[in-house]
Amino acid sequence: MSFFKKLKDKFSNNVEEEQSTEKYREGLSKTRTGFTSKINDLVARYRKVDEDFFEELEEVLLQADVGFETVIELMEELRYEVQRQNVKDTSNVQSVISEKLVEIYEAGDQELSELTFAESGPTVILMVGVNGVGKTTTIGKLAQRLKNEGKTVMLAAGDTFRAGAIDQLDVWGQRVGVETIKQSEGSDPAAVMYDAVRAAKSRNIDVLICDTAGRLQNKVNLMNELQKVHRVIAREIPGAPHEVLLALDATTGQNAMIQAQTFKEVTEVTGIVLTKLDGTAKGGIVLAIRNKLNIPVKFVGLGEKLDDLQPFDPQKYVYGLFAEGLDREEQEEMDSDK
Amino acid sequence: MAFEGLSERLQGTMTKIKGKGKLSEADVKEMMREVRFALIEADVNLKVVKSFIKKVSERAVGLEVMESLTPGQQVVKIVKDELTELMGGEQSKIEFATRQPTVIMMVGLQGAGKTTTTGKLAGVLRKKNNRKPLLVAADVYRPAAINQLETIGKQLSLPVFSKGTEANPVDIAREAIEHAKAEHLDTVIIDTAGRLHVDEQLMQELKDIRSIKEPDEIFLVVDAMTGQDAVNVAQSFDDAIGITGVVLTKLDGDTRGGAALSIRTVTEKPIKYIGTGEKMDALEPFHPERMASRILGMGDMLSLIEKAQTNVDEAKAKELEEKFRTSSFTFDDFLEQLDQVKQMGPLDEILKMLPGANKIKGLENAKVDESQMGRVEAIIRSMTIQEKTTPEIINANRKKRIARGSGTSIQDVNRLLKQFEDMKKMMKQMSGMAGKKGKKKMSMPGLDSLFK
Repeated sequence: MSFFKKLKDKFSNNVEEEQSTEKYREGLSKTRTGFTSKINDLVARYRKVDEDFFEELEEVLLQADVGFETVIELMEELRYEVQRQNVKDTSNVQSVISEKLVEIYEAGDQELSELTFAESGPTVILMVGVNGVGKTTTIGKLAQRLKNEGKTVMLAAGDTFRAGAIDQLDVWGQRVGVETIKQSEGSDPAAVMYDAVRAAKSRNIDVLICDTAGRLQNKVNLMNELQKVHRVIAREIPGAPHEVLLALDATTGQNAMIQAQTFKEVTEVTGIVLTKLDGTAKGGIVLAIRNKLNIPVKFVGLGEKLDDLQPFDPQKYVYGLFAEGLDREEQEEMDSDK
Repeated sequence: MAFEGLSERLQGTMTKIKGKGKLSEADVKEMMREVRFALIEADVNLKVVKSFIKKVSERAVGLEVMESLTPGQQVVKIVKDELTELMGGEQSKIEFATRQPTVIMMVGLQGAGKTTTTGKLAGVLRKKNNRKPLLVAADVYRPAAINQLETIGKQLSLPVFSKGTEANPVDIAREAIEHAKAEHLDTVIIDTAGRLHVDEQLMQELKDIRSIKEPDEIFLVVDAMTGQDAVNVAQSFDDAIGITGVVLTKLDGDTRGGAALSIRTVTEKPIKYIGTGEKMDALEPFHPERMASRILGMGDMLSLIEKAQTNVDEAKAKELEEKFRTSSFTFDDFLEQLDQVKQMGPLDEILKMLPGANKIKGLENAKVDESQMGRVEAIIRSMTIQEKTTPEIINANRKKRIARGSGTSIQDVNRLLKQFEDMKKMMKQMSGMAGKKGKKKMSMPGLDSLFK
């Protein structure tokens, strides 16, 4: 069975899966029509696994922002694998490739994409990231998701720097119907966190989600401030924060690796939320981040609606990376043929 | 993970083809592999990289290697020149309408920094261009976006036009322009909501706003950290509404900013401003050459090479080298060297041009004391000819005279004498070493310690 057929079959096994795939597909491709026929075309186009195929694969990955190093590594592995198995039937080679691709993502042995919750008392989730990646929006969506699961949720307005940030979180809180702990603009974010953790404990809240101001990772003072916020939370609740989620804009290129590395050093990032995946950007750098730093993606943001936050599924993600990538290549080829 | 700059990358290939007078096709091909790598790591779009490399290769093959550069440096120079040219050569100014008010539209993806940039731009236009800006809050979708712009307006003491979140952005823009006319505000800056370039409905809204009164500028605000997708974003916005310029934000981060090249290539629209910080005045004009250096990750090494090239006379350099070797280096020679360094520009600027210098902590604010350099000069000029050539004869009396003559203290004179002696020793050692390898040395060890 061929690479894409295999992937496709994997998704169409049951209806629920199909719907969720649909959501991904919708998010990952705004322009697609006739899903099945396109996939068939692709499979038809890649009957042969030759150098051209590898080259095209390489370009698709590079254009998805996976990054040179990871792409080169992956290509070497793929070539080796193809050679090692010495498969005559090319469609089998394609299935090897599909497995390998998902494998780079699933290389870590434990299942990391689930959120960790406190055994007792409030679970604290700290949201961090650079400016404009969608931290506050993600918190709104995450709060909705957790509330739907029957948990009581509280928000902490830790971005006391940017104009309007507190109000922005507050509006999300009202939409979802959860309380937001806040102080005035310009106040100490660590003090806000202290208040919020106290409030969450005394009101028996299940999950406290803490917003922080966006900061570029090379601003030493701001990173120190974040460390302080982290420390204050840890002091009030041992083991907290239980999750430190790094919001990463899918549009971001190779700088995302430095972001992940620096934020991990400062706050022990436990997972990534890949936002804005509903555009044309793929955020392929998360493969490299997973590979190098072993930080898993936990959620993806696929739109602006409250329910547009989905748990990350590597298979679907990898599929989306290629289906559309190769699709586009093909389209361009056709365009240039005209 | 720090990325290597292009210069470092090319070092390996450079050694292989050293000593050649011309760049062969094979040399260029090998080096272009590294260039490709560097550009992709800097987030330049793959297709843009391809066409760029093709162009540069054509220019590089068969080219004579300049006397003072290695083949690798030569290639870096070509790459950088080409990059600078592509990025827009001349700085471009903002267009103002002849009939008031000038209308500027800010568009872009979510989180690119439109609202912040709107505020910064208004501040700059007021200060530098003497304009009276009106900020228009047309982002009715993101929670508290209006509030954000109002807060910024308050910070800058600038008027903000808003109609709440229920109003239609097109109506808001139309009324804002009327309002500006009535209030004699000559520049209307419309902050639109962030939107995906594939969102047809919202892109239509931008077209509707544009059709009220043809804006004098439509700025696409782009995050400097944007990766490969920058081409799609820029192309879509340009196709849909026809942007007139680009503002690149968050350049105070450590991204290479290859998106600048991608955007420039696909839209051919100038990058007008860059955002360099969270403060309201952190908006600067765009410098193509600096951006080219940044993308290539090499400080401003080439300007430095170029400066050295034009300012250091080859013949004089040889003469100096001879003097180092024979230890006949005098205070006169030293003065001459100082002059050459001075011709290269202010010292702290030269420091900044050194690659890697931006990574050294504290150096970003380092100020080289130019007056200290003047003092050294004064001391030397207060010496007699004999003293300059044979400093050994300078005794306590002479020191006192020199100090008085130069308006410095005996300690200053002592310090200079000691440093000069150290320098001579070191130069002798180094030129001895260099002599064995047959390399030219033109550095001035110990020079830095003079200015601390």
